Amino acid sequence: MKQVNRLDDGGRINRQTPLNFTFNDKTYQGFEGDTLASALLANGVDVVGRSFKYSRPRGVITADAQEPNAIFQVGSNDASTIPNPRATQTELYANLVCSSTNGWPNVDFDLMGTVGKVGGSAMPPGFYYKTFMFPQSMWMSYEKMIRKGAGLGCSPLQPDPDSYDKLNHHCDVMVVGAGPAGLSAALAAARAGARVIIADEQNEMGGSLLCSTELIDETAAAVWLVSTLTELAENDNVLLLPRSTAFGYYDQNYIGINERRSDHIGETNSNGTRQRLHKVRAKQVILATGAHERPLVFGNNDVPGCMLASAVTTYINRYAVVPGNRLALMTTNDNAYKAAIAWHDAGKSVVLIADTRPSADGFLVKEAMKRGIKVEFGHGIIDVKGSKRVKSVEVAPLSADGKSVSGQAVSYTCDTVASSGGWSPVLHLSSHTGSKPIWRDDIQGFVPGKTEQAQHICGGIQGVYDLSQVLEDGIKCGLAAAGDAGKNVSSLELLAPTVTKNIETPAMALFHIPHFKPTSRAPKQFVDYQNDVTAAGIELANREGFESIEHVKRYTALGFGTDQGKLGNINGMAITANSLGKTIPETGTTIFRPMYTPVTFGALSGSDVKQLFDPARFTAMHSWHVDNGAEFEDVGQWKRPWYYPKPGETMEQALARECLATRNSVGLLDASTLGKIDIQGKDAREFLNRVYTNPWSQLAVGKCRYGVMCKEDGMVFDDGVTACINDNRFQMTTTTGGAAGVLNWLELWHQTEWPELEVYFSTVTDHWSTMTISGPNSRKVLEKLTDADVSNEAFPYMGWIAAEVAGVKARIFRISFTGELSFEINVQANFGLHCWEAVVAAGQEFDITPYGTETMHILRAEKGFIIVGQDTDGSVTPQDLDMNWVVGKKKAFSYLGKRSWTREDNERTDRKQFVGLKPKDPKVVLPEGAQIVFDKDQPIPMTMVGHVTSSYYSACLGYSFALAVVKGGLERKGQSVFVPLADGTTIEAEICSSVFYDPKGDRQNV
Amino acid sequence: MLHIYCPYCEEFREEDEFHPVGEAHIERPLEPEALTDEQWSQYLFFRKNPRGLHHEMWVHGAGCRKFFNMTRHTVTYKILETYKMGQQPSVVAEESE
Ligand SMILES: [Zn+2]
Repeated sequence: MKQVNRLDDGGRINRQTPLNFTFNDKTYQGFEGDTLASALLANGVDVVGRSFKYSRPRGVITADAQEPNAIFQVGSNDASTIPNPRATQTELYANLVCSSTNGWPNVDFDLMGTVGKVGGSAMPPGFYYKTFMFPQSMWMSYEKMIRKGAGLGCSPLQPDPDSYDKLNHHCDVMVVGAGPAGLSAALAAARAGARVIIADEQNEMGGSLLCSTELIDETAAAVWLVSTLTELAENDNVLLLPRSTAFGYYDQNYIGINERRSDHIGETNSNGTRQRLHKVRAKQVILATGAHERPLVFGNNDVPGCMLASAVTTYINRYAVVPGNRLALMTTNDNAYKAAIAWHDAGKSVVLIADTRPSADGFLVKEAMKRGIKVEFGHGIIDVKGSKRVKSVEVAPLSADGKSVSGQAVSYTCDTVASSGGWSPVLHLSSHTGSKPIWRDDIQGFVPGKTEQAQHICGGIQGVYDLSQVLEDGIKCGLAAAGDAGKNVSSLELLAPTVTKNIETPAMALFHIPHFKPTSRAPKQFVDYQNDVTAAGIELANREGFESIEHVKRYTALGFGTDQGKLGNINGMAITANSLGKTIPETGTTIFRPMYTPVTFGALSGSDVKQLFDPARFTAMHSWHVDNGAEFEDVGQWKRPWYYPKPGETMEQALARECLATRNSVGLLDASTLGKIDIQGKDAREFLNRVYTNPWSQLAVGKCRYGVMCKEDGMVFDDGVTACINDNRFQMTTTTGGAAGVLNWLELWHQTEWPELEVYFSTVTDHWSTMTISGPNSRKVLEKLTDADVSNEAFPYMGWIAAEVAGVKARIFRISFTGELSFEINVQANFGLHCWEAVVAAGQEFDITPYGTETMHILRAEKGFIIVGQDTDGSVTPQDLDMNWVVGKKKAFSYLGKRSWTREDNERTDRKQFVGLKPKDPKVVLPEGAQIVFDKDQPIPMTMVGHVTSSYYSACLGYSFALAVVKGGLERKGQSVFVPLADGTTIEAEICSSVFYDPKGDRQNV
Repeated sequence: MLHIYCPYCEEFREEDEFHPVGEAHIERPLEPEALTDEQWSQYLFFRKNPRGLHHEMWVHGAGCRKFFNMTRHTVTYKILETYKMGQQPSVVAEESE
């Protein structure tokens, strides 16, 4: 297919490399160097999408990040598809496949068009609030309909085939933007010896120079560009990052940059990283992000063929594409004349320049007139005719202030309308760090305000647009930044290259072109294209009382599209200001937040995906568990055996078998994941006294003690057994999940309140492998593996010994979490598997049975042993748990948590207390987390008096049971409570002691 | 993301390595039992939430594991100083803020 709008020569495209691509199932051809937008314009494609609300046909309007219309679904399959990239920033590659994002069933013929026309009057601004929020329940179905009608892209359904990574950088000067200002600044900073990074979002560095016809040092701007880029590239201190969008500016000069490394080559990249996230911590940041042109707001300004003047210039000069045949230009300033000049010089016809100013005689104005182009001063384009492409424009004289039409309109036949209302500095990044933009009347734009960052700005971002001044501004800025970064710049004298300074006529402050009719009755004048926000809509919002720009935005959806208001915000503010009789700065300011343009999730996650997303921790015996068919459970980062089903066994059957084997003979648990902290120092004992609720002064060497830790509010936050290794050394165990938090807690108190105590902590969780043999035959198993005397007399309950087990040095703790005779064998982790296998072999004659966390939970619950975090939730005191025995009454030091127990609230008798529950039906297992009520007949909302914390079926007891917290529960034993379920039924249960099995504790003590 | 100078390591490190702990300079009462419930709850629960300068405690959790103090502006996020545990800030907020 012929590229009807492509010029035969010129532009920065490579005609030797044609590239085929598919848009909405039709194949076209463009060239290397094209963007998707320039290629479509070259092919004469006018309609690229449909608007959200009215479903109006829309065409390419910009050549940059502001683009609201040409946003596509790019990619050929469910894995590589990308929703909503801007065609103006998407480089063309061979066989690219894309389609319109919104527009259903297609852009040329659509169903919503009819609905939209009806909807036009039915959907005034605020229609989200007025229509959809009431009844609220209907919102979901409305939204579904609208999304189907004009959706905003589809997420990939398959895993991303590409790989991504991240790099961290430190530099002296980070330059954002490689237009003339940024390059000039980078060059100066680099010459001053600074380490410089310069990033630019485009495929080529150069910014406005890439489509400039100006001369630098009396040669083409492109020549200066090449020599500058060469010097920068050859400097080892400079890193050039093209195709790299600085998307966020964060506190203390931290810049996030997304580098697209292969997006321009093809859909996926099998040879390396597709995108790379650069995280730059810079001593000084230079923002040289330039400015975005503002369109003017006029009747039917959204008909395809209406474009920004600078976009027209860019497509002609940079891409050799003239997007039409007959151009009408409307402008408030000199700069936009470049579009008409380029159009004329490309051999096409300029029907008219409507200049809203009473007169102008700047250099560019004269250049246009020299070419015989018709210029009408004091005129504006008040309306556009055409639907899928501009057919003609209505041009009328305007009053001197530009607020009304002052005479008859004349019709001009044309197919393209370029407009320019001036320029808005691209201050998004400075805004990210909380800097409030300030309005400058002289340039009719917001510029970055006061900042806490080490930030410099130069060029268009501060309203410096003249090339000679821009280059000078850049040098000054680069030297200042290098100086602030500690480089000696006093001896450096850099001269800006010479550029002819052209005479310019001042621009007119005009945003909204009037019509004969009042705005509310005039043809639609679009402000925000993507959300179909019109000037009339904004004025209506103002009339309805929305005066703050933040409210106007939310009411009309101005700035809520994927362009985030880049194109329309200032015009919207100007219209609000005008309708309220205020100035723009009085109306408000504009705040931008990261990201500047959307960043893929792939880039943000980098290589932290799949198995690298979060570390997994395995015990030394993991391979044995896998070989023996364990099902695993995640406990924090640990992979713990959950249960060990035999072939054909259900989970329930496996748990019953494991429980019975442990109670009747011997079971084996991998307990290596319990947190272990080695505590040393002469004040270790005193320290334990302060952080645990029970006393530690009398604990002898060779003994262990169970302890509970509370926060200062008196609530339990961890528990575990601590052993006295020697007078100056203890080994603390914590819950598996609490290990890191407990270490932090100990360090906090030691460092901030009791630094005078001589005590040291180190985490030794991974140093030890721990296996617990539990059950009446556990001693017999242990005796086969050690020469040590492990009789009840020599090694009583709550003691520990150092001994050899299976030929390996071990610490054996005689503690029990099952209520059975138990030995916890700890060996150096390297010997864990060896020792485990020896235990299994020795236990074979007793049918030793490995059990997982689920059986452990059941066995401990039968004994009423709590699990912190399951049976407690940060609002439970030891007294609530009926564990007053663990609370030291006579300790000298007022240990952590103690004072809070006598707070009025903690002495209430109706606090939720820890009890057992026995369902009336012994087969019914209460759901964990279920709420408990006293009165099952109470109408909803019922008075909830507690909840089930743990609940199981006990194969050993032969009935189901639960642990729970119930208001005043300790005084209510024997009474019935009810658990109402979602299906309307209730389960009755009796409050009982939390200890269901062996209440005297005889079995662990043999 | 903040760039934090650890007063113990004596160098700037990324915020990733640190955790905020809460308001700084809260001393545990020496005799908790001597306090009324109200006095005790002041220590337990009540914290400043200034719009402006705030003295707060941080810990270099993935570094030297030391707790230290920081004077930070809660609006601009500017860190005015970091200092060791037990030291006093040299920058103090105006009472009016
Ligand atoms: Zn440190």
